[in-house]
Amino acid sequence: MKGAEAIIKALKKEDVEHVFGYPGGAVIDLYDAIHEDDDLKHILTRHEQGAAHAADGYARVTGKAGVCIATSGPGATNLVTGIATAHMDSVPVVALTGQVPVEMIGNDAFQEADTTGITIPITKHNQLLKESKNILSTIKKSFHIAETGRNGPVLIDIPKDLQSEDIDFDYPKDISLPGYNPTFRPHELQIKKAVDAIMEARRPVIYAGGGVIASNASKELRELSETIMAPVTTTLLAKGCYNEESDLCLGMLGMHGTKEANYAITESDLIIAVGARFDDRVTGKIEGFAPNAKIVHIDIDPAEIGKNVKTHIPIVGDAKKALNKLIKRINRKKIKKENTEWHNKIKRWKKEKSESLKSEGKRIKPQFVVKKISEKTPDDTILATEVGQCQMWAAHYYKFKKPRTFLTSGGLGTMGYGLPASIGAQIAAPDKKVWNIAGDGSIQMNIQEIATAVKFNLPINIAILNNNYLGMVRQWQELFFDERYSQTHLGENPDFSKIAEGFGAKGMVVEKDSEVEEAIDIANSTDKPVLIDFKVKKEENVYPMVPSGSTLTEMLERKDIKGD
Amino acid sequence: MGVHILGLLVENKPGVLNRVAGLFSRRGFNISTISVGMTENPDISRMTISIKGDEKELEQVTKQLNKQIEVIKVSEISKDYVERRLALIKVNTSDSEDRSEIMQIADVFRANVVDVSKKNVTIEVTGDRDKIEAIIEMLKEHGIKEIAKTGTVALNRGKKSMEVD
Ligand SMILES: Cc1ncc(C[n+]2csc(CCOP(=O)(O)OP(=O)(O)O)c2C)c(N)n1
Ligand SMILES: [Mg+2]
Repeated sequence: MKGAEAIIKALKKEDVEHVFGYPGGAVIDLYDAIHEDDDLKHILTRHEQGAAHAADGYARVTGKAGVCIATSGPGATNLVTGIATAHMDSVPVVALTGQVPVEMIGNDAFQEADTTGITIPITKHNQLLKESKNILSTIKKSFHIAETGRNGPVLIDIPKDLQSEDIDFDYPKDISLPGYNPTFRPHELQIKKAVDAIMEARRPVIYAGGGVIASNASKELRELSETIMAPVTTTLLAKGCYNEESDLCLGMLGMHGTKEANYAITESDLIIAVGARFDDRVTGKIEGFAPNAKIVHIDIDPAEIGKNVKTHIPIVGDAKKALNKLIKRINRKKIKKENTEWHNKIKRWKKEKSESLKSEGKRIKPQFVVKKISEKTPDDTILATEVGQCQMWAAHYYKFKKPRTFLTSGGLGTMGYGLPASIGAQIAAPDKKVWNIAGDGSIQMNIQEIATAVKFNLPINIAILNNNYLGMVRQWQELFFDERYSQTHLGENPDFSKIAEGFGAKGMVVEKDSEVEEAIDIANSTDKPVLIDFKVKKEENVYPMVPSGSTLTEMLERKDIKGD
Repeated sequence: MGVHILGLLVENKPGVLNRVAGLFSRRGFNISTISVGMTENPDISRMTISIKGDEKELEQVTKQLNKQIEVIKVSEISKDYVERRLALIKVNTSDSEDRSEIMQIADVFRANVVDVSKKNVTIEVTGDRDKIEAIIEMLKEHGIKEIAKTGTVALNRGKKSMEVD
């Protein structure tokens, strides 16, 4: 059969049901095979960046690799931001790109770009195929690499002529990757050391990262924390791996972390980091990070251990396996449980802050909108975000309860991620509610994807927290550049609700507190895409905030927050 | 900051050198020299990379290299090992006296004269970095016209060797 047909068949062997893509000359054979195939569902986005983010959203929801396709040259370069986003957040994506025919590579042929060269730094692995006989083994390897070890994107660049060559469909059972042997099983001795440290600790904190979600270890995380009564702080990417309504939950740590999380880390004598990488947004000034703590670091990627902070007890391996081993070995009888000095301290930090989210006759507070969405949507709702203040308010005011329900670009911070990621999520989980918390700036980066959502009848809901600003940058300018708002005032925005209507979605505008709940209800019960333009307070800031370069306890807090 | 030598066994495929070299620049590590050649197994190449950096950097480099799918093995070549570089040095000669002086220097360094013409002598020398720098220093007085140097290649002495397991 033709190479193109074999590629489609191979995707199905890898249990791929949906692919996101955009056609062009160098993938025209592949698209012909897609046309002829009855099972594989192709979602045509309106921009290749949308296809990449949609594949990423699909992967974060399912845990399986998302697949995207683009043509050579501009098609491939349009994928780049999406691939880099997946790379930074360790999301399994397989990207297939067309390339000019083998004979023409290197000649600056029409729509030629050095796609593998461009994507080396932003993929877990990539491969330019030169011979059709390697097509099938490369696909098999790519899925294996993307979905095992520390997950990540893999790109296969496929010259046009290979797609039309005849090959035998003989899908390999085994593959040989002599240089790829991720360690899954944690070392027993290290586990023992960690258990000893846990038994000795007086002020333990579990610091959970995206790896907990990637390894589906939420249950084990809860069990460990409840066994040793250790409070849990999560990174942005780990939201959902631990019920935020639990007393032991400290919320997010870091630059926009909660007071209780940042204080607990700083005073802790034992940090158990699970699937997290001590990113600078998390640690603040590294010298002041957890000065009194021993650090246990569980990670599937040995290169993360000791990269940013000194680790006392490294445990390389799968988070789920490591947590299970820890739980088994802990002597439950000897653990001092509730109401220790440490727990009381945390309770005091956590004490309910009486923050008023009412508009008081002015524009709606953005936090109020997120809080209401949180209250009025089912627990298994999938929440995507764009980037900026809107993202941080989503993180703070939405109560996450389940893993794989939060889609956000953490590592790269890609504006324009949320809408296409919501599309991927809704395709992956047709029965769940999907919301995208957006900013008025970010939404304009991939707004064309409303057309995709309409076309595929995806009832996603977009909540724009419209503050007429590139708010997060404005906040920095306010705090650190004497309110010189250089190029962050968007001023009069286009009428987003009309844009939505123009695309065939439902558009709404909400300007009063009293209209918020009703609008959310309407969105939740409308079976097509809905965009709500919430006109929110223009100059609201995200607090608490640790200015970059400061330690975690040097937090700027909101002046009008009462309480502790 | 010490100099470290890393031996790498990698899959012999196009693009691997690019991948490895790119990793160094991307992560801000300094490569001093790099040399690549096929091993006794045509599917596998061996790279020898000498880098400047402290222990922490060395550890990060090693881990990042290990993460590359096409890198099969990485190990530091240290303690008991043989290290060689090769240099071809073309030196100006004004007269026969000059020429014989140069040949004497070559002799002392056990270097070979590989080309002689009226105005130049080309010398081939192998050795570790210090030896090569030393002969260059000596020859400088005569006026060096051109130098071509390879990077370091190195093997452990005795039984110890890098193998694909
Ligand atoms: C693609 C991209 N360009 C620029 C930035 C820098 N940036 C971070 S937040 C932000 C403002 C986002 O504005 P908006 O979407 O309106 O959200 P808000 O902060 O106002 O809630 C910008 C420009 C980015 N993160 N991504
Ligand atoms: Mg905004």
